[in-house]
Amino acid sequence: MAIDLTVNGAVHSVPAEPQTPLLYVLRNDLEMNGPKFGCGLAQCGACTVLVNGVATRSCVVPAGSVGRAAIVTLEGLGTPEHLHPLQRAFIEEQAAQCGYCTNGMIMTAKALLDAKPDPSDAEIRTALAGNLCRCGSHNRVVRAVLRAAAAMKAAP
Amino acid sequence: MTPTLSRRGFTAGLGALVIGFSLDGKWSLAQTRLPGSLNDNRMLDAWIRIDGQGLATVCTGKVELGQGIVTALAQIAAEELDLPLSRVQMISGDTSRTPDEGQTSGSQSIENSGTALRLAGAEVRSLLVAQAARQFGVAADSLSVSNGVITAADGRRVTYGQLAGDLSLRREATGAVKPKDAATYTIVGTRIPRADFPAKVTGQPSYVQDVRLPGMVHGRIVRAPRYGATLASFDQARIAAMPGVVAVVRDGNFLGVVAEREEQAVAARTALIASAVWTGGRDLPDPAHIHDALMALPTEDKVISDKQAAVPADATSLSATYRKPYLSHASIGPSCAVAQFAEGKWTVWTQSQGVFPLQEHMTGALRVPASDIHCIHVPGAGCYGHNGADDVALDAALLARAVPGRPVRVQWMREDEFAWAPYGAAMTMRLQAAIKGQRIVDWNYDVWSNTHTTRPGEPGGVNLLAAWDISNPVAPAPPRMIAQPAGGGDRNAIPLYDFPRQHVVNHLIKPMPIRVSALRTLGAYANVWATESFVDELALLAGADPVALRLAHLSDPRARAVIERVATMARWRAGDKGDGTRGRGIGFARYKTLACYVAVIAEIEVDRATGAIRVPEVYVAADAGQIINPDGLANQMEGGVIQSTSWTLKESMSFTRERVTTHDWASYPILRFPEVPRVTVELINRPGERSLGAGEGSQGPTVAAIANAFTHATGKRLRDLPLGPDRVKAALS
Repeated sequence: MAIDLTVNGAVHSVPAEPQTPLLYVLRNDLEMNGPKFGCGLAQCGACTVLVNGVATRSCVVPAGSVGRAAIVTLEGLGTPEHLHPLQRAFIEEQAAQCGYCTNGMIMTAKALLDAKPDPSDAEIRTALAGNLCRCGSHNRVVRAVLRAAAAMKAAP
Repeated sequence: MTPTLSRRGFTAGLGALVIGFSLDGKWSLAQTRLPGSLNDNRMLDAWIRIDGQGLATVCTGKVELGQGIVTALAQIAAEELDLPLSRVQMISGDTSRTPDEGQTSGSQSIENSGTALRLAGAEVRSLLVAQAARQFGVAADSLSVSNGVITAADGRRVTYGQLAGDLSLRREATGAVKPKDAATYTIVGTRIPRADFPAKVTGQPSYVQDVRLPGMVHGRIVRAPRYGATLASFDQARIAAMPGVVAVVRDGNFLGVVAEREEQAVAARTALIASAVWTGGRDLPDPAHIHDALMALPTEDKVISDKQAAVPADATSLSATYRKPYLSHASIGPSCAVAQFAEGKWTVWTQSQGVFPLQEHMTGALRVPASDIHCIHVPGAGCYGHNGADDVALDAALLARAVPGRPVRVQWMREDEFAWAPYGAAMTMRLQAAIKGQRIVDWNYDVWSNTHTTRPGEPGGVNLLAAWDISNPVAPAPPRMIAQPAGGGDRNAIPLYDFPRQHVVNHLIKPMPIRVSALRTLGAYANVWATESFVDELALLAGADPVALRLAHLSDPRARAVIERVATMARWRAGDKGDGTRGRGIGFARYKTLACYVAVIAEIEVDRATGAIRVPEVYVAADAGQIINPDGLANQMEGGVIQSTSWTLKESMSFTRERVTTHDWASYPILRFPEVPRVTVELINRPGERSLGAGEGSQGPTVAAIANAFTHATGKRLRDLPLGPDRVKAALS
């Protein structure tokens, strides 16, 4: 059985059963590290990817259900050499400790900024309410999203 | 400046033994005691090597847990070596390559590993300078050093790389070379960004969860539905025939499965759970009376402080009992390890906080010599103490033995992490004190708790979950008291205040009905809460301002300074009254009585209808001695405040008489973005003073500040954690 997926602009054919969680296909077949396994229950947000621009919990989405939708992962935003403004802002604000939840924070923030380029502090907190962080980096994350929004506005 | 730290490419070549490091040179009694971890790892080249390009390889036994320690240690080494950070490569936590520094725990890494690297760095630099002096035929003190280049007064230059070939660092450290004067620091004390972040924010392999090796397969574990149950039967044939299943492994009550693909391993695990029949098992205490049940168990009692003085007959006495529940580490990433068994030896990639103690206890479980197990640290999700990180390493090793040659990656499922990782112990604190005027004249403190460390490395048993389940089991190590001043359940139980009479007793409850071990701060979170709450209760009784009462009983100027600073930050005013819903409170501690000083003021709002407490604002003043990385320190303070706020308002592990019922984020909610306080941190730097451990410093003062703020707001005192809506409503009704 093979599934065709469009990830970060490229089409991949992966040898997985359709009901396989998208997360495992991204991590194990496509060797991506951005999306993380946190709970497998869509409760924590560590596995978040964008599917047609919508922040989606890849741990509960069957890979076979995605079809031709465009999947974007953390890797698709930027690289250490060419950082996305959100990635740059997370580094500048040192907005993590262990960094395990960071993927979900950045991907959820990406969806937010795409829909609302100039969010308030409170709107960012509401948008990230479903993303859990255990180290207590929340306020730095909010500052990073504000910083990224400002940077993207200045140089769209 | 971007430091380059070692980022392991996850290839099959990993784990090859690097020849040439000195892991001998262990301390014997005949030797001079050396500072920090240098004492137990005395060879210079165990810590630092310089190669022909002038690059320093710096080794530490401490590991990155998300606290930024590897960046901070690189700063210390680069500073003393006079090298830019970009020329320092760090290797951390590898049983074949780095010094054994035990566990990365207790806010001790800067004090132990940092001290070793400071002294070793200074000594290596001085050896390089001496070598250059000989080469140039000039006096060493006529040479100047910058960025790994040594320059003579006449302009002759030589690089570290050019000198390295002729200089052996295989020699015992003397610890006698004076490190730099703090006033000359250019790297230590600056806001160096974390070296590991660019990779982590872009999805480069960074975690043990990201380790991928050729031929790697996936394992999952099935654990008993309750403590102590026996595996009676399961459908071996059906599970073995499932798609992709490579091995079904049963060893006594240990049950696991290995499959080609991760989802196949998960599916086989689900099928195993459905088919497994377990019998027996141990009942748990009644959760409604857990603290009483624990206190009825056998204890080892120790008076840890006793100061005698007459108590005035006209002093006013007060007593109270405080209770803290079991807490989960609740790591965002379930524990993970990768193990490979080949030619009778294991290589284990692990997120353990202590690769050497893990190796030691794995040898006990697997009954092989230490030389057969090579443990390599790779960061995982934050663990905040002893979670499932070590257990999963043995799980992976047991599965790997069943499929020789093939690396096995095991990540626990969410419910494994919540139900089987150890918890922070439930605790009871009973206090009785007396105050006369505004002087506290008597202080009696009793704390009851299970142990706060059942980590690997403890003597007399094996502290790994699977070791107790295999058919030839090894019993866990017996719990033991951790000596003061650090302490375990009694950490921070001895007050920091100057009381004329005090009596403090630690009651270590020996039997452990629920699995417990080290959770960030050990007993300090609860002891600081109880102590600082009770000081406020006495202040209220005496009509004293809580800040003034604390200062009146503190002679340590650094303790006074953090309290005065935080009071200024928060514009604290004596006599301010809470208004029924809003209030503020203070908490203070010197962590472990020997690490950083932290004072916290919290502002809270109580929704009297719902019982919800909100903490909009928290102020922190901290003194951790000489600051290595101010932003890293601030990050630790902020994180501690937020985690402590979550523990305080929301968290309690749950169980019935039959089993643990904490299994996911719905049954164990934590603080979310809209609930997180703003946190303002001010750091008091003490250049030249010893750097003090800080990773756990803000948690105790935070719970105390929130609890005291609740009383300030409402006039009521809550003495059971968490401060959840039901308790709040009951107190206000």
